[in-house]
Amino acid sequence: MEELIAQAAAATGYPASMVERSAAARAKAEGTTIEAVLAGWAGVEVPAAGAPAPAPAQAPAASAAPAGASMSLDDLASAAAEKSGMPAKLLMRSATAKAKAQGVAVEAVLAEMAGVPVPTIGAPAAAAPATAAAPAAAAAPAMAPAPEGVRTQRLLTVVKSKAIQQVKTEPVDKVNTWPHLVAAEFVALMAMTAFLLVLSVIINAPLLEAANFNLTPNPSKAPWYFLGLQELLSYFDPQIAGVLIPGLIGLVGLGAIPYIDRNPATRPSERKFAIMMFTFFLMGAATLGIIGSFFRGPGFNFTYPWTDGVFFDDLLDWLE
Amino acid sequence: MADDKAGLLERVRESVTTAPSKMRKSQFWESVFRPGSPFRAGYTDSPRGRSYVIMNNVLYHLHPVKVKRHGVRLSYTLCLGGLSFFLFIVLTITGIFLMFYYTPSEERAYADIEALATSVTFGTLIRNMHRWGAHLMVLTVFLHMSRVFYHGAYKPPREFNWIIGVVLLLLTLLLSFTGYLLPWDQLALWAITVGSNMGAFAPVIGNQVSYVLLAGVQISGATLLRFYVLHVLFLPFVIVIFMAVHFWRVRKDGGISGPL
Repeated sequence: MEELIAQAAAATGYPASMVERSAAARAKAEGTTIEAVLAGWAGVEVPAAGAPAPAPAQAPAASAAPAGASMSLDDLASAAAEKSGMPAKLLMRSATAKAKAQGVAVEAVLAEMAGVPVPTIGAPAAAAPATAAAPAAAAAPAMAPAPEGVRTQRLLTVVKSKAIQQVKTEPVDKVNTWPHLVAAEFVALMAMTAFLLVLSVIINAPLLEAANFNLTPNPSKAPWYFLGLQELLSYFDPQIAGVLIPGLIGLVGLGAIPYIDRNPATRPSERKFAIMMFTFFLMGAATLGIIGSFFRGPGFNFTYPWTDGVFFDDLLDWLE
Repeated sequence: MADDKAGLLERVRESVTTAPSKMRKSQFWESVFRPGSPFRAGYTDSPRGRSYVIMNNVLYHLHPVKVKRHGVRLSYTLCLGGLSFFLFIVLTITGIFLMFYYTPSEERAYADIEALATSVTFGTLIRNMHRWGAHLMVLTVFLHMSRVFYHGAYKPPREFNWIIGVVLLLLTLLLSFTGYLLPWDQLALWAITVGSNMGAFAPVIGNQVSYVLLAGVQISGATLLRFYVLHVLFLPFVIVIFMAVHFWRVRKDGGISGPL
């Protein structure tokens, strides 16, 4: 046992303690003995009948395989590995899976991969230069298929194609956010602050008499952004002007624009219809809002602001 | 004696002139400004330095290290989205100020607003800023939406962010509408009466929604409290969540759209 561990450690290049632990785990997972696993790694015969452990363990695993016999799994795997350029370990796993899926022997699949005739008894062993795959085989000797229910792989990471392939993309003309964008934003914020301050110093917010439930002002107007709707209400039934138009067109229609407009173009000249429709609704809403704000007087009747005055209390302080 | 005096002066002068650079190398200063900050010692105005300014800054939540050159042009976006956000911040600050002096009750609301003009330092200015800022925010949000439409910036992969934008527009209107009632003067009372009457026309749910919003069948002192809580707590809370998703989607959907 100790000797086997030492041999396996020498063959794999890992510390003996790790080899021992690993072998124990593998033996448990595959249902074999620790000695068998270790022998497989060390590249020596399984010490079944107390046969003396042969030979220097440094010998590559594959070279220990008897060359005269019909090709073993390891030989086939090495041959296939050499042909395809993939590590024998991976090929072995792939062949196992394929064999299981197709219901044929693993040897048959491997032989097909290696391009050699399917091994039968007594077939001459092709002089498979096992040393080619020796490093891989030595590091991890060919594995037996994992038993049912034992997961042998897990997802470590997802590598985006851009990270490992050279993707030809259009170069984008970019500038550093600092200072170019941040400076522009700072100027915009300062300008807005200045504008708001000046506005607030010049015009006072309206404050009429205290609220009185018994005194309805004439006209009674909604906040300015709803005056377009109030204007609509003087033309249509409330179900249409108060519900259908703002709810269906105003909100649902607005939200659905990206799903209605399937034209991928962004150039204004290639989307004239969309721009025309949007501008039409924008102008309509603005017209209604302006009429409701400035052209509606007592009783919400039509007036001209230059003859009867403006009935728009939001800007009361400025208008006086 | 004279030498001593000159030496002392020299030492004072030296410590004064080296103080800033010493301060910039102190543990406190370096704990405040993360590596890459232009306020830190050793900052160089190089492409690498400029990248680190954003990458190691809280702004990295909003801005990528680099943006498309055309997006920086003021004429492309007019900064409308950013200004809407900025106005929201201004409104939050001025709104907190106003909350110190306002009681949402039928008896006291109007008197409190009047008192802003007579007995609160800068009371009128702050109230004006809050009011005009709110109107401006409705405008900038609306103009931002129009700008996005005219640039076709709602097209794939940005469709869903457009929907979030429409929700933000609605929330902005609701914030403005709920705030409109709070002065409790004739303008507030009757504008909200007209506005909520329009909402009550909605089929099936109109009356229920109106009842919940007004805390009754018509406006009363209870409505004032309800609009106040909606205005200062509930709607800002909701709009902040939607704004966070909106800004995040702008980045994830490939930054600023275009060029046309």
